Amino acid sequence: MTLLDNTTEFVVPSTIDRSRVEMEARNVACWFGDNKVLADVNLQMPAGEVTALIGPSGCGKSTFLRTLNRMHELVPSASLAGTITLGGEDIYRSRLPVTETRRRVGMVFQKPNPFPAMTVAENVVSGLKLAGVKVTRSERQDLVEHCLRRAGLWQEVEKRLGDPGRALSGGQQQRLCIARALAVEPQVLLMDEPCSALDPTSTRRIEETIATLQETITIVIVTHNMQQAQRVSQRCAFFLAAYGEPGHIVESGTTERIFNNPDDPRTSDYVQGRFG
Amino acid sequence: MTITIEPDVEIVEERIDIQVRRSTADRVYRAAATAAGATTFVLMGLIGTFLLVRGTGAFRKSGFSFFTEFAWQPDLGGKFGVGAVLPYTIAIALVALTIAVPVSILAALFITEYAPRRARRILTSIVDLLAAVPSLIYGLWGLFSLQPRLVKLSKWMADHLGFIPIFRVRAEGPKTLSLFPSSTFIAGIIVSLMLIPICTAVMREVFGQAPTNEKEGALALGGTRWGVIRDVILPFGRGGIIGGAMLSLGRALGETIAVTLIISPVFTPKLDILSQGSNSIAALIALKFSESNELGISALMAAGLTLFVITLLINSMASFIVSKSRSGEATEI
Amino acid sequence: MTDTELDTELAPATEPERIRIRTLDPDDATAVGGSALASLALTWLIYGRLVPLTGGLGFWVCWYIIFVTAVWAVTRQLSDAIHARDQLARVIIWSGGMAVIAPLLLVVGYTISRGYHALRPSFFVEDQRYVGALSKSTEGGGAHAIIGTLQQVGLALVISVPLGVMSAVYLSEVKGRLARPLRTATDAMSAVPSIVAGLFIYAIWILSFGQSQTGFAGSLALSVLFLPTVTRTSEVVLRLVPGGLREASLALGGGDWRTTSRVVLPTARSGLATAVILGMARVIGETAPLILTIGGAFVVNANPFSGKQDSLPYFVFRLVRFPQESQIDRAWTGALVLLMLVLVLFVIARIIGGRGPDHIGRLRRRRLKKEGLA
Repeated sequence: MTLLDNTTEFVVPSTIDRSRVEMEARNVACWFGDNKVLADVNLQMPAGEVTALIGPSGCGKSTFLRTLNRMHELVPSASLAGTITLGGEDIYRSRLPVTETRRRVGMVFQKPNPFPAMTVAENVVSGLKLAGVKVTRSERQDLVEHCLRRAGLWQEVEKRLGDPGRALSGGQQQRLCIARALAVEPQVLLMDEPCSALDPTSTRRIEETIATLQETITIVIVTHNMQQAQRVSQRCAFFLAAYGEPGHIVESGTTERIFNNPDDPRTSDYVQGRFG
Repeated sequence: MTITIEPDVEIVEERIDIQVRRSTADRVYRAAATAAGATTFVLMGLIGTFLLVRGTGAFRKSGFSFFTEFAWQPDLGGKFGVGAVLPYTIAIALVALTIAVPVSILAALFITEYAPRRARRILTSIVDLLAAVPSLIYGLWGLFSLQPRLVKLSKWMADHLGFIPIFRVRAEGPKTLSLFPSSTFIAGIIVSLMLIPICTAVMREVFGQAPTNEKEGALALGGTRWGVIRDVILPFGRGGIIGGAMLSLGRALGETIAVTLIISPVFTPKLDILSQGSNSIAALIALKFSESNELGISALMAAGLTLFVITLLINSMASFIVSKSRSGEATEI
Repeated sequence: MTDTELDTELAPATEPERIRIRTLDPDDATAVGGSALASLALTWLIYGRLVPLTGGLGFWVCWYIIFVTAVWAVTRQLSDAIHARDQLARVIIWSGGMAVIAPLLLVVGYTISRGYHALRPSFFVEDQRYVGALSKSTEGGGAHAIIGTLQQVGLALVISVPLGVMSAVYLSEVKGRLARPLRTATDAMSAVPSIVAGLFIYAIWILSFGQSQTGFAGSLALSVLFLPTVTRTSEVVLRLVPGGLREASLALGGGDWRTTSRVVLPTARSGLATAVILGMARVIGETAPLILTIGGAFVVNANPFSGKQDSLPYFVFRLVRFPQESQIDRAWTGALVLLMLVLVLFVIARIIGGRGPDHIGRLRRRRLKKEGLA
């Protein structure tokens, strides 16, 4: 813990190179206390593609996802080993403050969680407020519109920007959370089962949003829905944990290959719905 | 913050020594919150220390007899101690508890189990409001409105239940109503009124957390509502009941104004609770404070320290019991 | 689930009669009502005629005992022992509920009836400077006491609310090493008898630091009582803020301080306000700590930092112990005003507490408009 490393902390988002970058995990292992939940994970998440993490419940997909933007360490007993790089830079060993890592690697959660004390528009720009970035009124309004458009929500909430964030429907709330994550211009967006709490129509809207976003941003998504993985992702990683053993990646590759021609019989069983 | 884990022999991977570089604002914030939290400890220490420092003079003069001596005459250079006052304090609290705890259990059960849904919110509000009514007003009401009625009850009890030692009142000649006001019994009843809302609030919260599936399980087996209360809710809420009772005990021991208004202070111990005259440490401090000299104040500080230590112990114990009980995890007392 | 949905196609015009499940069983109602009347008659017979007892209170105590017994016996005759016990419990628990409501009505009613006839508007503007022991109870007023109370409670608020809320933040957000002992200490401190708080301030502020009795000394004593209350209630409120919001804030790159100040505290806003106001309602009636610290006065002293001050509870406590009727009436008027203050604070707390975190007030709406966020 050093005292004088504030220089990198409050960087205005636009001054950072926001081009698409890849993420890579090498030999990642995770623990909660002495309980090892993830072992030897190697995965490339190429720039501009959607990588889907699939597998049965409790196999460490979400844990792995949370190591990618350092949310894992929020659990007091959590620890990990290995290397995770963002555009070639090790996020755990570089001098980058954790807040900056999280700003570059955004996250959307399973349950929509807009800030209840803020309006729709405030929710969108909340990331800037949380980072202490000052913007002018017109910049702010532009940003609100831009982000809501990218999240495919603008037309529905254009007239409701002053409503509390919780006043929207579940699917709209989730897209609001995507817009909120986009406002800090992340290079990577992590999505932890973003549609599991939503109805089919809202799910379709979110998938459309993912499809348009991937041109500008690297996306990693955890999903339990095989069809969804096939629809939205280009690459897939299949996680599995035997009883009492840490989770690991059985195989990974293009979504096309994982679903149509997997190497491992367990993968083919899972993607065809024979277990899990 | 650095999270380090002891190396485990079986694990070959080197765990990352996670570095969180906090901003200056975050470090200032954490330090400020810690400092704010520490004030409570500092305050607790200061209260103990200063009462002890100021009470030392009295303790030195009286020695251990401070806890056994009945009289309170430090100003006249006489003997003084809490030997009579402390038992009276405890007696008032016990009377109050005897009434408050059963009534609170019933009221809490009524609110959680019997009251219609809409009435439940109103009742909860009423209990909160009752807890906010100043003890001064309870004391006034007790003094002017309740006491004239209670002395009749006291006399009735002395007449008909006099075979029980604590209700036996000896009088020269016939018993008149003037024997009975300002007693331990009446002070205890007034204090119990103040305890009921506090105690009910704690118990209501605990009973409200009784698991629905267990309640429904008991009903599905053909149990009556009383059966559910006896077999599910009361066992579940036992910690809350004990904790609530002890919390009330702490409050009762420290109650000042209502007791001061009701009692007429006496310094000789007696066995019965119905006859005139009682005392309490808090009332002693409130009444003697303005007429005390230096040694008198010191003696009051010593008495205050005694009260402080007793309530601190009782309340820590209450807090411990509630938090250890199965139901208490999410309950605040 | 309504049964109308299912039946619309078959019988669109007539709504089927619903089974009434929550009504009182007529047998039970008759049993309870009958028992009440019968026991009343029996009590009258025994109490007045057979045994020479007197007194209204005793009569009702006897009635209640006979009534409860009768309910049990009647239900037992009508059905069985299990049902009888259930019925008995129902009656007793209902009376427990009533026993809690009754004091509120009695206390408030009695205070109003004793206090209102000496209450004049002048009570709020005049002090006791021209009032003697023989003056009428409507002469003079309690302005000095009201001013004192408001200043003392206000200062106590300024001292203990920031400290208390920050302590609560420490317990629920920072979760440092001291959290567990602090929680126990706070629980223990919230039981400090109010007179001990006064004694402590007297010992440290007046005896050791050589200060004199002032309104500020009183507010220090009130703060000792207020701090643990604010800490505990605020912590409960902060813990109600869903953890997902904290995670969302951190995932956006928010630091600890901004997560607390921009997300957690605003979300808990109404709960915190309620906690503080309820705490105020309790502190405003505290008398004991002030007896030792503020000194008491009969005239307005608007400076809490110098000279003795009065407070409403202390004013009442002093006057009620005078032998003169007029002084006692004045005390009751003060008590009524005090009770009204408590009631007003309570109602405000309830109104604010009823608002969800997404309530947007008028002022805030205007600011949002200016920032282009609404």
